[in-house]
Amino acid sequence: MSISSENAKAYWGENLRIIVTYLAIWFVVSYGCGILFVDQLDQIQFFGFPLGFWFGQQGSIFVFVGLIWAYVFSMNKLDEKYDVHE
Amino acid sequence: MSVDMLSYLFIGGSFLLYIGIAVWARAGSTKEFYVAGGGVPPIANGMATAADWMSAASFISLAGLISFIGRDGSAYLMGWTGGYVLLALLLAPYLRKFGKFTVPDFVGDRYYSNTARTIAVICTIVISFTYVAGQMRGVGIVFSRYLHVDINTGVVVGMAIVFFYAVLGGMKGITYTQVAQYCVLILAFTVPAFFLSAQVTGHFLPQIGLGATLESGQSVLATLDQLSTDLGFAQYTAGKKSTIDIFFLTVALMCGTAGLPHVIVRFFTVPRVKDARTSAGYALIFIALLYTAVPGVAGFGRVNLIQTLNGADNAGTAYADLGEDHWFKNWENAGLLAWNDRNGDGKIQYAAGAAFDGKGGKPALTEERGEFGQRVASNAKAGADFDAAKQPFANEVYVDRDIMVLANPDIAQLPAWVVALVAAGAVAAALSTAAGLLLVISTAISHDLMKKTINPNITDKQELMYARLAAIVAICIAGYFGINPPGFVAQVVALAFGIACASVFPTIMLGIFYKRMNTQGAIAGMLVGLISTVAYMWYFVWGGGTADEYFLGISPGGFGTVGMILHFIVAIVVAGMTPPPPQEIQDIVEDLRIPRGAGEAHAH
Repeated sequence: MSISSENAKAYWGENLRIIVTYLAIWFVVSYGCGILFVDQLDQIQFFGFPLGFWFGQQGSIFVFVGLIWAYVFSMNKLDEKYDVHE
Repeated sequence: MSVDMLSYLFIGGSFLLYIGIAVWARAGSTKEFYVAGGGVPPIANGMATAADWMSAASFISLAGLISFIGRDGSAYLMGWTGGYVLLALLLAPYLRKFGKFTVPDFVGDRYYSNTARTIAVICTIVISFTYVAGQMRGVGIVFSRYLHVDINTGVVVGMAIVFFYAVLGGMKGITYTQVAQYCVLILAFTVPAFFLSAQVTGHFLPQIGLGATLESGQSVLATLDQLSTDLGFAQYTAGKKSTIDIFFLTVALMCGTAGLPHVIVRFFTVPRVKDARTSAGYALIFIALLYTAVPGVAGFGRVNLIQTLNGADNAGTAYADLGEDHWFKNWENAGLLAWNDRNGDGKIQYAAGAAFDGKGGKPALTEERGEFGQRVASNAKAGADFDAAKQPFANEVYVDRDIMVLANPDIAQLPAWVVALVAAGAVAAALSTAAGLLLVISTAISHDLMKKTINPNITDKQELMYARLAAIVAICIAGYFGINPPGFVAQVVALAFGIACASVFPTIMLGIFYKRMNTQGAIAGMLVGLISTVAYMWYFVWGGGTADEYFLGISPGGFGTVGMILHFIVAIVVAGMTPPPPQEIQDIVEDLRIPRGAGEAHAH
């Protein structure tokens, strides 16, 4: 390990913040829009879909793909900031 | 050319391709056998992961399931894709940094205990075997329908192919074969989906087509709702299950996905930590290509099925008018469709309700033929009672959900080559998953049991031999289950996800994110998660439990979530009461949180 332990702690802290942020979006989109509030959202029409139904069967999957790539880019940047990239 | 000829050509051609790749990518060392030498590029690994992950269940069963349950199917769509977010954010990069070969490797080393390792081996083997049985069955179904061979012969041919490239090539052979299989299966799923969507809605993309408006001025989904309610079915876009049940089922599928050993092990094959994250991203793109097309295929298939069977005048189709090679008769001969002419008018009518007295409306087909040449079932419902307030006639048809994807191109009268392509795709989906699972089983036995637990002194060469032997035995057992399937494949797969969710996922997560977690906590947690989940499923599937006894209304498929919560609580409480792990283990945890220095996946 070429990195001091304070730096390692700071790196890990930022990493955890990124994870928590993205998982919050993950939860809201899938469990929030697709399950918990699906009946309310279904009252809204969205390109021919009831909105809750769309989130459950299409929208959440698109968001998942976006989340992983956003995480990849955030982490690559963070790795370089703390000089822990390979 | 006929569908039969084309099917032989497509399936045979794809087999030649897989064998060619296997010969090219033979494994020479345990490292190549277990993790493909740790040098797979992220895009290739993403494709291989997608093929590994998308099994006969995703390819054949998922769209059929959604076709019949409508909105509640969201649990499966979100569950089987959302798990990749958990994998990418919580597990994959750290496991790659840890740099071992298997899940039991991580558990055994992180918790410095062979007991913990052995429990992880047991979980791995149970999960993988329950999962592989369904794959072999899928191969058998496709062979019996398209190549007109016996299901058992189909299973044996499938075994022989997997045997060839899994035993020869190990992870290296499997990875590059899976890349080819991904291409076959994604083409085979999306091409008919484009055709169907264009035919029904005029839009090529099923993702857009499902929201389109039809010539009647009604949207596809509104048409589906109306068709369904007119025939006495529940509304397609409305949920039937309770919110809590769907919630727990989705969590169990997501965390189960993230905890499946054959998926996790794929992230050991890439060169760097960064690549582990990237390949999770690629994998989900490749998976989403299929998964976002599934709801369209399900919806269009349902519309076509209802309209074709009941005819334009909604009075039914005369059985005598069906041609000899009609899809209805083909699937009837395969035993997955059946007709019981309850009102004696010679016409097939499809509506809500069961036409046969078997469990789930299943027919017990005999060799006898009826008045019109239809297959006769010994448990056909007598009389034609139905609720006239809800539907126009009594249901006379049994449709196995699993035929929807395979029969769709037939029903929509797509060109013969599309039908053959779908058959080759289904075989690719089943074989790629089966191979990944078999590798995990053989590795668990040769590496985690033989090398790490029983006899650490064996050489690399001997270990490789054990790995190949274990793969051979595993293939034979999987084949046996394919030929004599347990009559409860769906429940068994739910069990695999439940165990992965309640035991594997939490123990790895705690190992990475909770430095204080020790052997005692890990073992207690895994056992509590494993035992509670298995016991609950056992009671409701085999022990005669009924739905009104469900804990908080949670069905067995969703109970893995409860097991996982128990696991977390027990593990943290027990770890708090016992001594912390030794300093060198805490250092390892610190180290695996930092990407630099991942090096190669190593054995020692």
